[in-house]
Amino acid sequence: MTHRDIVVVGAGPAGLAAAEGALAAGARVTLIDSADQPGGQYHRMLPEAYEATRPEALQHGWTAFQRRLRRVRGHPDCAWWSESSVWALERPDPAPDRDSDLDRDPDRDSDPDRDREQPRPPRVHVLRGPADGSGRRRTTLEPDALVLAVGAHDRVLPFPGWELPGVFTAGAAQALAKGERVVVGDRAVIAGTGPFLLPVAASLLEAGAQVLEVLEANTPRTVARGWSQRPWQLAAQAGKSGELAEYTALLLRHRVPYRTGRTVVEARGDGRVEEVVTARLRPDWSVVPGSERTLAVDAVCVTHGFSPQLELPVAAGCALRGTLGGEFVAVDDDQATSRPGVYAAGEITGVAGAPAARAEGALAGWRAAGGDPDTAAVRRLRRSRDQGRAFAERLARAHPIGAAWPGWLRPETVVCRCEEADYASLCRAAADPAGSAARVAKLATRAGLGPCQARVCGPTVAELNARLSGAPADREAEGLPVPAPHRRPLAQPIRLGELAAAPQPPHQP
Amino acid sequence: MYGTRVVVLGAGIVGSACARELALAGLDVTVVDRGAPASATTAHGEGNVLVSDKGPGPELELARISRELWPEVLAATAERSAHAARAVEWDPKGGIVVATTEAGAKGLADFAAAQRTAGVRAEVLDAGELAKAEPYVTRDHTAALHYPEDAQVQPAGAAAALLGDALAAGARLRTGCEVLGAATRGGRITGVRTTTGLIEADLFVNAAGPWAGELSARLDAPVDVRPRRGDVLVTTPLPPTVFHKVYDADYVGAVGSSAEDLQTSAVVESTHGGSVLIGSSRRRVGFDDRLRPEVLSAVAAKALRLFPSLAGVPVMRAYGGFRPYVPDHLPVIGADPRLDGLWHAGGHEGAGIGLSVGTARLLRNLVLGEEPVMDASPFRVDRPAVLGPNSPENTGSSHRTESEETA
Repeated sequence: MTHRDIVVVGAGPAGLAAAEGALAAGARVTLIDSADQPGGQYHRMLPEAYEATRPEALQHGWTAFQRRLRRVRGHPDCAWWSESSVWALERPDPAPDRDSDLDRDPDRDSDPDRDREQPRPPRVHVLRGPADGSGRRRTTLEPDALVLAVGAHDRVLPFPGWELPGVFTAGAAQALAKGERVVVGDRAVIAGTGPFLLPVAASLLEAGAQVLEVLEANTPRTVARGWSQRPWQLAAQAGKSGELAEYTALLLRHRVPYRTGRTVVEARGDGRVEEVVTARLRPDWSVVPGSERTLAVDAVCVTHGFSPQLELPVAAGCALRGTLGGEFVAVDDDQATSRPGVYAAGEITGVAGAPAARAEGALAGWRAAGGDPDTAAVRRLRRSRDQGRAFAERLARAHPIGAAWPGWLRPETVVCRCEEADYASLCRAAADPAGSAARVAKLATRAGLGPCQARVCGPTVAELNARLSGAPADREAEGLPVPAPHRRPLAQPIRLGELAAAPQPPHQP
Repeated sequence: MYGTRVVVLGAGIVGSACARELALAGLDVTVVDRGAPASATTAHGEGNVLVSDKGPGPELELARISRELWPEVLAATAERSAHAARAVEWDPKGGIVVATTEAGAKGLADFAAAQRTAGVRAEVLDAGELAKAEPYVTRDHTAALHYPEDAQVQPAGAAAALLGDALAAGARLRTGCEVLGAATRGGRITGVRTTTGLIEADLFVNAAGPWAGELSARLDAPVDVRPRRGDVLVTTPLPPTVFHKVYDADYVGAVGSSAEDLQTSAVVESTHGGSVLIGSSRRRVGFDDRLRPEVLSAVAAKALRLFPSLAGVPVMRAYGGFRPYVPDHLPVIGADPRLDGLWHAGGHEGAGIGLSVGTARLLRNLVLGEEPVMDASPFRVDRPAVLGPNSPENTGSSHRTESEETA
């Protein structure tokens, strides 16, 4: 029994497993999520107010999820903070200079007091209460360890007309279907890349929409090559494969065509989407001339993979690692990040689906709480996590973003929807040697400065600016971090009045 | 001097302005930056061109010269590129200083009286006039002054415009190039050793902003310029709510306190994009770039005293930057007496955006031996505050508000 105080941010599959793991190791846990119920996007539930009689419709692993939820929420050492958002992580002072290292007593390594000298994890600044309500309370937590399990959101590439009403991220469409039983339209097309296309199609079908087509942008050859490497790894992902097989069967039942090497390259309509242009793509996602087709629709759902929500890890100072599928939090064998006392689990470490996220979460929670690193159960979790990582790599190989996608853009195509910054403005900024630096171009074009704070367009703008200007990435200097799309020291909007108020003690009712 | 080779070290707004003046004067200019142009202190300020926050003295004189130069400079930029000039977002919106205590009102009145003797326009606003000029400002005020000469720019856009002018006049730009040391001959600097090789020239201008201290130490001619951190809050875009640069005068009468402590005061203004920028804070924490919620909280509380109705407005972003701080609060402009060929242009603390064009003009005058636009001796390099890292801090030389631009 360790009795450490652990804060887990995010109550999706990874965060819930982390809370359970930490509780099992004897820790006190505060589990924080912005939603009113645990589950995250994967287990998104109808709000309790709906009093649904069959909330488990559209859900996978519902029974196991319910069991875990009861164990965590019913645990006397677990505080469940719903509708709470972490708006800042405050890094502690760096460890004092280790100038005494040279004459240090070698025995000191075993000094029990040494632990106290370890730099602490960041202080966690939380706003409690519904985001749209006026009564949010500010409070801070100073845990012994912090588990970040904040997940990912859809990455969506821009294309002409993507800003029209009726164009949704696949994740938003699924959230509406699963969380509100609202369908985004009667005649929908789902386009993009990755296996997420299938559950989104399934959610829409189950909620009563007509899905005209599901379009995977990558060619069959790319997909097959990506998946067929090291086929023995796939067996370990039986759960995931079974889930995918179910979705495929559902698509067949509803006679929804699933096409590869084709995508939506334009949405058109007067005030909202009325039709889309789809086109056949080469492996690099350049359009095959003459392959365009128009299709009347009233909804388009797009997804081009996932952007991990990295603002909290970056604020905590965690190192990132570059992968085929973009940047993710770097973690060690125990899910520890580069920052002392900070662990990461789930999609911020790689997009591998819910089973892998659960294994990572359980491992992170157990180890954050000081659980024994070498039990049979821990070894099992590590194996399961490693299989998940292999799956993630396979996923990234099978569903890459083709380098020629900017060919879809026109000068007037909006790239940043918040600020309505168009592609032409990005090109112009990049062409000016005095103004092409990332920070300067951002202020000039305003791309990424709007209310979403570049969560949607950030990676796209960074990629386009780097390509267009041909400039090497800025180097880090003292006092001047590299301008990264994930740097958001204010992780959530906070009202001026809330910010001005003094924080209240955390465990007040 | 025609054809003299000049290397400007630093492509922030001051370096860009200097490069522009020297290139237009026919010198052979190369601008060198460790990173990318206009990306450090320049991109992290509010972009103020102010006279209102300066008491009579050399800095105010430089501010007034700069304020006159700005429209002239931008008109020339517009000739070259209308787009570059537009990106500067020049806005002569004027400043309004509001006092909310009796002591603040007295201090503000005295300060304005002194400013008027130096030619600054400072107009008293009564309650009705203030409510008309700024409908959302607190009714709970004791005095308000309008400074019609105050203006605002988008600082990175302004620096890019100045640098673009320099490049159009023949200057060259080398980015990603860090200075490691000086090559000298007979007490004269003849080159800088950089990460991308030796760059030789006749003159070198240290325009490295808050890194000027470190850079000058690498050149073996240290000047005492240090970083002083400021933080800015950015709200989501709002309908027009704040029409001038509005700031709190309660600190005008107060003489600067311990320089390392956190000091905050309210500075509130809107931008072309509709967001409201809220400053300001001052902390001497080296180059520590960590966010401090209690600092943001203090800034927010001060801002709400001026604009109570902003309490429900979401802050969507916070950013911080480092001002180049000199202990006696005056810029450093001139030749280094210890190393021939080395010049300094910096140390403007929070006023560098506004003062950049005047600084550059003065530097050009000094370099070319022209009649200077003002007496440059108060900014000379060989003064105790600049050469002696432990020289006593001269905090009483001017009444400064805590409202300069790198908030």
